[in-house]
Amino acid sequence: MRKSGGGRMWILRFGRYIRGAPSGGASYWGGLSPGRRFTQAAAGGSDGRQDAAGDPRRRGRVYQNPTWQHVEQRPLPEKKVTVEVFDHLERLALVDFRNWEGVQRLEKAIQFADQLHAVNTEGVEPMDSVLEDRCLYLREDNITEGNCSEELLRNARETVEEYFIAPPGNIPLPKLEERDTFLQVSE
Amino acid sequence: MAASILRRSLLTPRCRAGDVAALHSGPSRRRAQAPGPIASGRRAANSPAGERGVAPWVAVVGLEIHAQISSNSKLFSGSQVQFAAPPNSLVSFFDASLPGTLPALNRRCVEAAVMTGLALNCSINKKSLFDRKHYFYADLPAGYQITQQRLPVAVNGSLSYSLCVGRKKNQMVTRTVRIKQIQLEQDSGKSLHDDIRSQTLIDLNRAGVGLMEVVMEPEMSSGEEAAAAVRELQLILQTLGSSQAIMAEGQLRVDANVSVHHPGEAYGVRTEVKNINSARFLARAIDYEIQRQIKELENGGTVMNETRAFDFKLGCTIPMRDKEGKQDYRFMPEPNLPPLILYDTKSLPANTNHQQVVNIDWIRERLPDLPSVRRVKLVEQYGILPEHSFTLLNEDGLMEFFESVVRQTQMNPKKVIGWILNDMLGYLKQHNLKVKESPVSSLFLADLLNLLERGTISSSAAKQVLEELWKGEGKTPLQIVKEKKLELIQDQQELEQICQAVMEGHQEEVMEIKKGNQKVLNKLIGLVQRTTRGRVDPVLVKQILEKRLSQ
Repeated sequence: MRKSGGGRMWILRFGRYIRGAPSGGASYWGGLSPGRRFTQAAAGGSDGRQDAAGDPRRRGRVYQNPTWQHVEQRPLPEKKVTVEVFDHLERLALVDFRNWEGVQRLEKAIQFADQLHAVNTEGVEPMDSVLEDRCLYLREDNITEGNCSEELLRNARETVEEYFIAPPGNIPLPKLEERDTFLQVSE
Repeated sequence: MAASILRRSLLTPRCRAGDVAALHSGPSRRRAQAPGPIASGRRAANSPAGERGVAPWVAVVGLEIHAQISSNSKLFSGSQVQFAAPPNSLVSFFDASLPGTLPALNRRCVEAAVMTGLALNCSINKKSLFDRKHYFYADLPAGYQITQQRLPVAVNGSLSYSLCVGRKKNQMVTRTVRIKQIQLEQDSGKSLHDDIRSQTLIDLNRAGVGLMEVVMEPEMSSGEEAAAAVRELQLILQTLGSSQAIMAEGQLRVDANVSVHHPGEAYGVRTEVKNINSARFLARAIDYEIQRQIKELENGGTVMNETRAFDFKLGCTIPMRDKEGKQDYRFMPEPNLPPLILYDTKSLPANTNHQQVVNIDWIRERLPDLPSVRRVKLVEQYGILPEHSFTLLNEDGLMEFFESVVRQTQMNPKKVIGWILNDMLGYLKQHNLKVKESPVSSLFLADLLNLLERGTISSSAAKQVLEELWKGEGKTPLQIVKEKKLELIQDQQELEQICQAVMEGHQEEVMEIKKGNQKVLNKLIGLVQRTTRGRVDPVLVKQILEKRLSQ
């Protein structure tokens, strides 16, 4: 009797349910006798992720013991974010720290990120892109695009004679004192 | 049609429409603050001591120049680069920053930046990185501009420029300004402000076009120096072909950072001057700003760190907006672009696709002669003065005109240059024409100079012929000479007859000369010239008169 679930098949062999790969069949077992427990990595097995540490099949490929270290959650210095910084952020990113919970969330996020300070990065070059090993593709100087003004203008709610319409200039947020935000109410 | 009721925006992302404050400072700026201690000794570069005996001021000017790269397509997308086109017709999905689009770097723009860096003696960074500079403005659809802030393409160069100093502006000196960096960045779109309907019209044709930003160190001290440096940079860019650098079309944009201080003290607060449309306005704007700051500080006020726009009609700078704190651009590495690696012949790996590689040495070999080199060559080849070669290269097409005339005439180039710079250029400036619009072709001028050289006409007659040629009626110089009968009288007898007639008509002067007053001889020569309408050789006339008088 075969049951299949979640990409793994439970194959009944010799009175025992044994986990096998979806590509089950006689070939999967290789030439190994069914009764023996497998102590070496089998060929063609696909997922061993979830049973890696414990699954004896995977013993050769994955470390038996964790290589990462647990960082003590030292009480990191509680950095209070000042009202000026909040005002600056609201102005820049046009977010609205609606209530105390929003502010708290930001502070918790900062604390979470501050854990990075526990890592010793002396002598390590900062990585700025996961693409640093890739080659930057250089395109030839040919005209291949454009002339789709109709399509682009369809995205805009208002247009005038093939121009996009925007509000006049940059209207900066009013100063903190004049704004109706909870920040000045609370601080 | 829509454009006629709108006014062009002041192009910068941070200015507010209608934000025109009063020219002069308000009452809040006056403070009871004495100017700084009087410094000893050193003469300032400009601005003599004020009336109250205040120490001399030194101005510090730093320039940030954006040059639009001359290429077929934009920096990161394949849409066309063209100055005038129907609005939003040269925009691709990436330029409109629709989601899911990615940048693809244009090879020609990289080559242009490397060429410019090499021409300005910069060291080219073999690895350079792209960053995002975030700010909100309607003509920046993505909300960020891809630029190179951390590691630009070229750093630490220098630009040498010449300017005329001295009271009569006839001494040429060479100055150098250091280039801090040259980086590649994207241009933003254009916004047209419609104040009546309180809206802005956005045209993204220019969004995404490649720009080279040249950042200079603040080492200049006057508007004139800045204008000379910009002019030299313009010539270099045009010679390289990396940019057409026409300021009027917005292909070369200059922002000036100006501050003043007493020599020996710390630098003063700087202001940024934008919206400058030509090299002449640049000089005026900087000079105005320097004077304004000096006046402000001498009156006890302070200079605010702000951005000011230059109004060329009024000839003054107006505050654009108050920079309360520094703009926070939140620079971050561009996640979609790996580092840009440039190679030279040593580091070039084998079996590379030539299209994917920019070889610095290859570009260096193919650099054309820079203006400074061409000037030296002109001086060596034709024996003209450095000032002359400077003017020749300064005018678009004048050098080619000069060389073509020299080729077709037997006259010494040193004399030809006088005709070109004084007469031809004078006419061109008077009628506000460019060299290529000149009604007098190089062939005609060469013919005229040949006639002069052979002695067929005198130099004053030649000037008359040139005036006639300027009308552009298509007659050759020879035809004009024949029509107006301007040939020099070659016949000795005729000359003697004319001289005799003049001498008989002016016995008083003859007496004077016989007494010993030689200066009157020139008057007689002049009279002879007038009677013959400039058709005599003054040297010959003088000989004949002297011979006769001594009889």
